[in-house]
Amino acid sequence: MLDRLIDTFFNWRVMSEYLPKIVEGFVLTVRLALAIVVSGIATGFVLAMIRSFRVKPVNFLIIAVVDVLRALPPLVIIIMFYFALPTIGIRMSAFVATWLALSLVLAAFSEEIFWAGILAVPKGQWEAARSTGLTFLQTLRFVVMPQAVRITIPPLTNRTIAITKGTALGAVVAVGEILYQAQTAYSFSYNPSPLTLGAIAYLILFIPVVYFGRWVETRFAWKR
Amino acid sequence: MDRLIAGFFNVGILAQAWPFLLAGFWMTVKLTLVVVPIGLAGGLAVALLSTVRSRIVKWLVVIYVDFFRAFPPLVLLMFIAFGLPFLHIDLSAFAAVAVSFLLNTSSYYGEIFRAGIESVPRGQYEAARSTGLSALQTMSYVVIPQATKNVMPDLISNTLEVVKLTSIASVVALPELLYAARQAQSLTYNATPIIAAGIIYLICLWPLVRLLSRFEHRQIALH
Repeated sequence: MLDRLIDTFFNWRVMSEYLPKIVEGFVLTVRLALAIVVSGIATGFVLAMIRSFRVKPVNFLIIAVVDVLRALPPLVIIIMFYFALPTIGIRMSAFVATWLALSLVLAAFSEEIFWAGILAVPKGQWEAARSTGLTFLQTLRFVVMPQAVRITIPPLTNRTIAITKGTALGAVVAVGEILYQAQTAYSFSYNPSPLTLGAIAYLILFIPVVYFGRWVETRFAWKR
Repeated sequence: MDRLIAGFFNVGILAQAWPFLLAGFWMTVKLTLVVVPIGLAGGLAVALLSTVRSRIVKWLVVIYVDFFRAFPPLVLLMFIAFGLPFLHIDLSAFAAVAVSFLLNTSSYYGEIFRAGIESVPRGQYEAARSTGLSALQTMSYVVIPQATKNVMPDLISNTLEVVKLTSIASVVALPELLYAARQAQSLTYNATPIIAAGIIYLICLWPLVRLLSRFEHRQIALH
């Protein structure tokens, strides 16, 4: 029984054969995840800034887009970008489709978190800062944002971790990340050991990230 | 514009695909009605285990939770759907999805319930015990109701994520909404079914998103 288990899930021969592929997928997953984090959070931040000017039609548009991105499953968005858009002449690679879809989802969630953070700063802070002669932008930059960011960091970290785990969804449209490599190797070798290897790769990548998230939570919790 | 309508909002295609989409929709509903309750129950069990005095149990719970939080749900699902048959554990696609969701979502719900239980003041527990309630009665009549109320926004938020996550079941060919839409697309060579599926998700989940957004603003404003 144990022999069979090892032969099936921890087959050394199969694992060593496909290890380079999994490593390749690992590098791509890291690149994809970093790209999503940077563009997603930056876009979310800019949208929250724009929303703070409180121009009615602009804010309405932002809320509508954010709501749509929060209500749709990320996999549905990826599939729309990769399989539906080409039928009206918009083509993108699987990597770009996955990156764009998950960046937009992260942008939507982080916009909501940043905006909630801005709202959490009491109105008196705005008024006091403005009455000392700071401009609107200076108030935002030096008074409101530093306070808002502190409140937003824990939920933002958790959301970012959850969405970067979504890079595995790229496998569905054949982005050569960890899961895709593992799955391809599995169908070539007809042995699930590459899936084990892929699972280990994800654990190596995300366990430190999960611990980082826990650390951030405790680090910012007692300061409130 | 014509091309957009013909490609994305084609009424003829929609009429053809509708029976597929409807069947897929009901499968998604069925899936949700199975995975959300088992996730909640699993999560509550995880949270209760983490209140046990034994160090070992606490450690095991932390390992369990962190392990499944670090594991992308799609990877878990593939592992269960494609790996387990090699051990002659043959699960249907539905069962494979249910098991992987139980493992994944119980760790998330577990963390939420744990935070909820910790938010109930210790005095509540002591007061309940001193009135003669047993530990079990205290938990189920005093602590858990308050804990649940305190973390309601997080529970709803996670449930929304779980419902959205059911779309990954399409990868193991469970005929839920997304799978049905993709089948219909490949049969009709037209993207209308996928757009329609997106709209169905939107109609069902948008009220939840609105509700959450209001909760979040109120919650963060209290700090």
